[in-house]
Amino acid sequence: MTVQSWSILGAVAAVCFGAIGPAFAEGRAIAASMEAIARQPEAGGTISRTLFVGLAMIEAIAIYCLVIALVLLFANPFVH
Amino acid sequence: MSSPLVEVPLFVVGRVPVAGSVLTSFGITAVLGLASFLLTRRLSLEPRRGQTALELIVSTIDDQIREVVQRDPSPYTPLVGTLFLYLVVANSIEVVPLLHSPTARLETTMALALVVFFSVYFYGIRANGLRGYMKHFVEPSPLLAPIHVLSELTRTFALMMRLLGNIMSHGLVLAIVVSLAGLLVPIPIMAFGLFVALVQAYIFAMLATVYVGGAVETEHGRQEEISR
Repeated sequence: MTVQSWSILGAVAAVCFGAIGPAFAEGRAIAASMEAIARQPEAGGTISRTLFVGLAMIEAIAIYCLVIALVLLFANPFVH
Repeated sequence: MSSPLVEVPLFVVGRVPVAGSVLTSFGITAVLGLASFLLTRRLSLEPRRGQTALELIVSTIDDQIREVVQRDPSPYTPLVGTLFLYLVVANSIEVVPLLHSPTARLETTMALALVVFFSVYFYGIRANGLRGYMKHFVEPSPLLAPIHVLSELTRTFALMMRLLGNIMSHGLVLAIVVSLAGLLVPIPIMAFGLFVALVQAYIFAMLATVYVGGAVETEHGRQEEISR
């Protein structure tokens, strides 16, 4: 297989497996915040703001995988 | 497929190549600046329609900042409010035909992330002094200084890539859907894109507030606040 085919496979693998962890993490975070809001609706504003910031942090991991995939596809250092 | 990481210049002024996203970005800045200027030109104590809407926006941004930094939001409103308004327009300008989001390009998000990076130092040094601010690098132990530096760099990088990744990947998804099914099918996805645009603008502005608030509120500054 050529470098190009390996790069495409690598990009697919990066996004596939890189999305699993953040997906579980975001699910847990949202479930926990739902529970917290159900128990204490008056703290909803603070909880949802913290949730958004936390989700952004978790999402960064998935986005690093996307960056790796994009680098492999469009800015591959081994392909000219 | 053209690379989303490389921008093709539209034309060249002198020796400076000008890309489409730069023009869009300048246009958004001009429109927002002109609108702000015109709306705030005649402020009165008994607000009319335009001024009421403007006051609603500004006071909402103020409230959000106040809840994060737990103090008077007036020093931070210019930065955070400008970032938020610019990002809302820039992220959702994709719905205007022929225009593309400047935030779907690496250069724009990099510039915005650098603005946040330097603002953190600006506000931190202004609140705590140069020595007081630099001291937080060696707290709680000088061994952690490399970690502090690394975290500041990676969080700026993450700020840049998060905005870019979300907006650009939405554009790519839309392009794929349009190429598969032309009519009416992409409309819900475009509507979802407006939601993504708003959420990403909110997250970017909120993270900028959190970072600036964290820089202002070092241990040193807190003790000074208590003694005051």
